[in-house]
Amino acid sequence: MEKPIAGGSGGAAGLEVALPHPGTSRPAGMTRFLESERLLACLLLAPTVILLGLFIAYPFVMGVWLSLSNTSVGNVGHFVGLANFVKAWDDDIFRTAFGNTFYYTFFATIFKLSLGMWLALLLNRHFRGQRIVRAAMLLPFIVPTVLSTFAWRWMFDPTFSVLNWLLYQGGFITNKLPFLSDGTYGMWCAIVVNTWRGMPFFAISLLAGLQTISPDLQEAASLDGANGWHRFWHVTWPLLKPVTLVVVVFSIIQTFSDFQLIYVLTGGGPANATHLLATYAYQIGVATGLLGEGAAISLFMLPVLFIVVWLQLRYLRRLEGA
Amino acid sequence: MSTSDSKESTRTQIDRRTFIKSAGVTAAALGGIEGILAARRAPAFAQGTKLHWVRWVDFIPESDVELKRQMPEASKALGAEVVLETINANDLQPRITAAIQSGAGADIFNFQYNWPHLYQNAIADVTDVAAELGKAEGGFYEIFPPSCNVHGKWLSVPHSIVGNAVSYRKSWLKEAGAAQYPKTWDEAHKLFTVLKKKGKPYGQTLGHTFGDAPTFTYPLLWSFGGAETDKSGKKVVLSSKGTVESVKFMQSFWKDCCDEGGLAWDDTNNNRAFHAGEISATLNGASIYIVAKRQKDKIKDEKGEPMFQDIDHAPLPAGPAGAYLLFLNQSDAIMKYSKNQKLAKDFLRWVHKKENYGKWFKTQEGYSVGATKEWEKNPMWATLDEPLKMFRTAARNTRLFGYAGPSTAKATEAFTKYIVTDMYAKAVQGMKAEDAVKWADGELKKIYRG
Repeated sequence: MEKPIAGGSGGAAGLEVALPHPGTSRPAGMTRFLESERLLACLLLAPTVILLGLFIAYPFVMGVWLSLSNTSVGNVGHFVGLANFVKAWDDDIFRTAFGNTFYYTFFATIFKLSLGMWLALLLNRHFRGQRIVRAAMLLPFIVPTVLSTFAWRWMFDPTFSVLNWLLYQGGFITNKLPFLSDGTYGMWCAIVVNTWRGMPFFAISLLAGLQTISPDLQEAASLDGANGWHRFWHVTWPLLKPVTLVVVVFSIIQTFSDFQLIYVLTGGGPANATHLLATYAYQIGVATGLLGEGAAISLFMLPVLFIVVWLQLRYLRRLEGA
Repeated sequence: MSTSDSKESTRTQIDRRTFIKSAGVTAAALGGIEGILAARRAPAFAQGTKLHWVRWVDFIPESDVELKRQMPEASKALGAEVVLETINANDLQPRITAAIQSGAGADIFNFQYNWPHLYQNAIADVTDVAAELGKAEGGFYEIFPPSCNVHGKWLSVPHSIVGNAVSYRKSWLKEAGAAQYPKTWDEAHKLFTVLKKKGKPYGQTLGHTFGDAPTFTYPLLWSFGGAETDKSGKKVVLSSKGTVESVKFMQSFWKDCCDEGGLAWDDTNNNRAFHAGEISATLNGASIYIVAKRQKDKIKDEKGEPMFQDIDHAPLPAGPAGAYLLFLNQSDAIMKYSKNQKLAKDFLRWVHKKENYGKWFKTQEGYSVGATKEWEKNPMWATLDEPLKMFRTAARNTRLFGYAGPSTAKATEAFTKYIVTDMYAKAVQGMKAEDAVKWADGELKKIYRG
């Protein structure tokens, strides 16, 4: 019987001990470091944490601090508690902007969802030139917002509006429509432009969702006698719901904090009638230089968006658990 | 939009600057721009030093062309690269705020109205440059000390004043029975009621603009006896009979006389509407006339004749309390964070040297007047067309916002929040005059008690 190698009860264990270890040439400290899962995890996570800290956490904390101070441009502020929030709530332009933000987000999201769904269902069919149409559909989403909004602004121009000209030439109107010079019209113009711009995002995301649904299910439903609406409502929609929810939440976040579109299209006018929280915060914080008050106005968005994200996560967890 | 390099000025390294300082480049240090010129060579600022100047996009494009042409000359004279960036005037304040808060950005900013009060802790004392300039040219217009001098220190160097007047179509007014431009608001109301019925309304913005809206609404308020504060500048007195009367007048003037699209206009819409023959008159600088003349082959009246021949100017009409004006005064401020403050001062001295400033002034053709009365004597005025000559002495009589009190940072805040303009805008959209005044009075009180 062969004598076991010293130091081990089994052959393999004995060999491990007897052979030179590949790590023995490394410094002992480095080896320990790399073998420690906790330290390695910290090392790998560090770049992300640093980036998030610099670009998300720091501005956020800074924003919270500013909102609790009376900082203005060029002047270091001191702590004033919730005074800026109280002042904002007492300001009727703020209240208009607050209401406008909900109104704008609600209608723009409804339109983007319904038109985006309709477009996605159309594009899910096979037809000639399908690829070109799909690519063309993305154009509003690809063109920079400022550029496309400028084009819309020209179309809505109070004096030279091509839309007014077309409606007048077509005999539909006798007086110019006050697209941007009336508060209600202005807000609806902004909703139309936002819908035009955001619809492709809905359509392409929902289209991706539609393509994951097996055609067999549709076919089976057809064989069972389901018509188009029934197939959509009982087959497509339940399977598309998770994707739709994610897209809607993203859209709500983006629309609720929209800035560029309103800034370029109406500048918040006429007479502050189309201000959103973001544009009003900018006017107070950056243009007027009241950084504390501006930060407080923009922070009013936080609880609303927090609730939206929380509801989304809750729903998704429920779906995962189902 | 910027047409020049918009990159932030490159900061030179401290050791170089220290070296330069210790090397004693005395021509610049002791004699300023005069010293530089006497030495007949550029001072040796550190290699690669850049000076960044941000100005508005001028409504007279040729003036920006001239300034950009001058920059290499300035660079040569100062021994450092001078970069001019022009941006939309409405973007100046956001840009200044961002620069101050980040402690980085342009060395010199074009300031408007009384902005030095608003940014007083972030801009450098330029009393030496302003005092030299004022002394050399016989003193600034009265509007500049309350605008640029804060607590006895000049915080920006006065540059120029953009006058304004009503540009109007002579033939259209004549057709409506007016031999001359109305002297009072009541006469104006009667005249433009007739013109609006003919499809030739008065054009006026009530939008959030830095120029044409406030230069109309503040004088309108004053001409009816309204004021933001009392003489102490501490008590808000907006809610008064005069203010309510001015708002009521504006409601009827808007409905009967104005292009109602003006609620969404910016500072350029009225220029375009006038040149397109859509409006018969509008408050503006001289740019409507100047551009119509420079583009006489393109901008024509309904008979096919160059439109500029049918344009004349008149001051805003008087109300029951008189006639007043608000002009756009411009100055240049050096930022405290700038590492090139000495160079920036020398540059401003260079800009205001008569031979350099004079070339820019000439391209303005009366759109801007100088910072001092000295420029009223410039031979350029004699070469101008009759309609432009009224701008020569226009800057002698202008008020600032915040009236009847001093024009402080609070007044600037109210101006930047468009409170007076919005008071009129709300009223013409249907709010009761008394309620619009009450709203604006409340907003002003929040600012002045804060």
